[in-house]
Amino acid sequence: MARIDLNNIRHAYMAAPKGDDDFALKRVHHTFDDGGAYALLGPSGCGKTTLLNIMSGLLRPTEGEILFDGRDVTGLSTEERNIAQVFQFPVVYDTMSVRDNLAFPLRNRGVAAGEIERRVNEILEMIGLADRAGQKARGLTADDKQKIALGRGLVRSDVSAILFDEPLTVIDPHMKWVLRSQLKELHRRFAFTMVYVTHDQTEALTFADQVVVMNEGEIVQIGTPEELFERPNHTFVGYFIGSPGMNVIPVRVEGAAAHIGAHRVALPGIAALDGAARTELGVRPEYVRIGAEGIPVRIDRVEDTGRRKIVRAALDGRIIAAVMPEDMTVPAEPHVTFDPAGINLYANSWRVDLAQPGRGAGA
Amino acid sequence: MTKTWNNRAWFLVLPVLLLVAFNAIIPLMTVVNYSVQETFGNNLFFFEGTKWYQDVLASPRFHASLLRQFMFTFIILAIEVPLGVAIALTMPRSGPWVSVCLVLMALPLLIPWNVVGAMWNIMALPDIGLLGYGLNKLGIPYNFTRQPFAAWFTVVLMDVWHWTSLVVLLAYAGLRSIPEAYYQAAKIDGASRWSVFRFIQLPKMNRVLTIAVLLRFMDSFMIYTEPFVLTGGGPGNATTFLSIDLVKAALGEFNLGIAAAMSIIYFLITLLVSWIFYTLMMRGDEQ
Repeated sequence: MARIDLNNIRHAYMAAPKGDDDFALKRVHHTFDDGGAYALLGPSGCGKTTLLNIMSGLLRPTEGEILFDGRDVTGLSTEERNIAQVFQFPVVYDTMSVRDNLAFPLRNRGVAAGEIERRVNEILEMIGLADRAGQKARGLTADDKQKIALGRGLVRSDVSAILFDEPLTVIDPHMKWVLRSQLKELHRRFAFTMVYVTHDQTEALTFADQVVVMNEGEIVQIGTPEELFERPNHTFVGYFIGSPGMNVIPVRVEGAAAHIGAHRVALPGIAALDGAARTELGVRPEYVRIGAEGIPVRIDRVEDTGRRKIVRAALDGRIIAAVMPEDMTVPAEPHVTFDPAGINLYANSWRVDLAQPGRGAGA
Repeated sequence: MTKTWNNRAWFLVLPVLLLVAFNAIIPLMTVVNYSVQETFGNNLFFFEGTKWYQDVLASPRFHASLLRQFMFTFIILAIEVPLGVAIALTMPRSGPWVSVCLVLMALPLLIPWNVVGAMWNIMALPDIGLLGYGLNKLGIPYNFTRQPFAAWFTVVLMDVWHWTSLVVLLAYAGLRSIPEAYYQAAKIDGASRWSVFRFIQLPKMNRVLTIAVLLRFMDSFMIYTEPFVLTGGGPGNATTFLSIDLVKAALGEFNLGIAAAMSIIYFLITLLVSWIFYTLMMRGDEQ
């Protein structure tokens, strides 16, 4: 196990990168704590796989350095870093049996036969392939192949970290849940440092203690699932996490109030905006209340998801989403209010703190 | 979807039936026809039954050329397949050199067979050819028109030069189809270069190599033009392979019955060996 420090990592796939746009990873500076379970979350092409491959040593970053427990490993190969990594699409050695596949990483490192036997049997049990241990890997389904690939990642007990690159993409939904809980369990038992790349927010939020949200080659926010949900640092995080995503409404801010067209919304604090070009209000649908008071809206449609209703309403010509309890009905003249606890203010897409009047800068 | 049954649809397969009949079945049947009869010209035929077959199968001359044929095919397969795979492994996986390598590799395949024979004939001439003259200058006595070993050496070298490229191109295509993740996983698993070849590259090349071996087997087993131009089957009968022998029997000696029976036997051997190769190599592929 190891702590992983990424110091000002930048990476470009082209030979002579010039502008920021040439970099697949713009600047990443972050520490993954020893024994932590992290998720790298972001849309396709945001640089999360690049970052993962830089950590495992499959890619050498254009700039910056990587430290494992304080030791510079930037120039070291994957093998010297002692990393395990599981890829998106199942990689198995077709001509080997399931058992040999799992034993392969251990045999290559000269682990004693008895120890190999013990580890392999344990993993076989865990991935549920014990009854097919002698079978050739070639004939297995994609599901089973990916389980072998996962198993090969987990079979070594002395790794610095285990990296997962969207490993459950090909697994069917039921099995996904089972394997995810097993990974979580394994993490609790052995305290591996685990980094899990995914574009699926449910996967990220259920697996990780800390979620690293990336967009366009940058880390946008790092936080617990709760922080990401309650206080998204960037409007992108607001959109990307939560279903439906956060409502982002352009506003004009005057002191402790935001104006949406002719309507006024009281803010829980005063923001230091420094004349930002663009100010937006971010409110999660969970904090939008439909009732008889507040700002008048026109109901566009209501989606019943079973446990709750999602209301799409037009506010000042812009559609916003609101979550309503299953047993509530939309009033005849609907209005909305925003719960102050769920109000975030964004200047140029980044969140600004709302200082409490009197405690703030004294404005 | 509702299915319509109309027996007139059979007419639609008629063209392909005719095509197959004219280019395969009818010529083959003519040969079968010749192989069971004796003719002295004037369109007079006498039925001979299996006599020609018995003659061919008992003939030492046929045994000798069949043996030479198997030896030749075995040698060139043993050289071209490993060499082709080795060259494919050293070729770049991406970048501007890929197309340069591919064009260089494809060049020998574009040269007509008789030209290849003529080229190597000139090159191997002991008095003026680069190869022949060079070898003799180095103190190695070399004359492919007199020494059977030199003749074999030249024929094999020519075939390796001409056809290794085919194996290279097929093997390269197989290598290129391996996703990058396999190499990355192998690195993570600490696999050696040999393990990568043994457990990733070779299994993934299995299918294309089957095709390469089959094509090279059939082609080399039926080789005619190049050795005919190069050595004419000599010195003596040293490089008289089956097809050269067949042409000698049919056109040189006008033994139509013998030649026809030989053709059929030749055809059946090629078919049988191809089938054995195919079955053996595909066996590992099924589950």
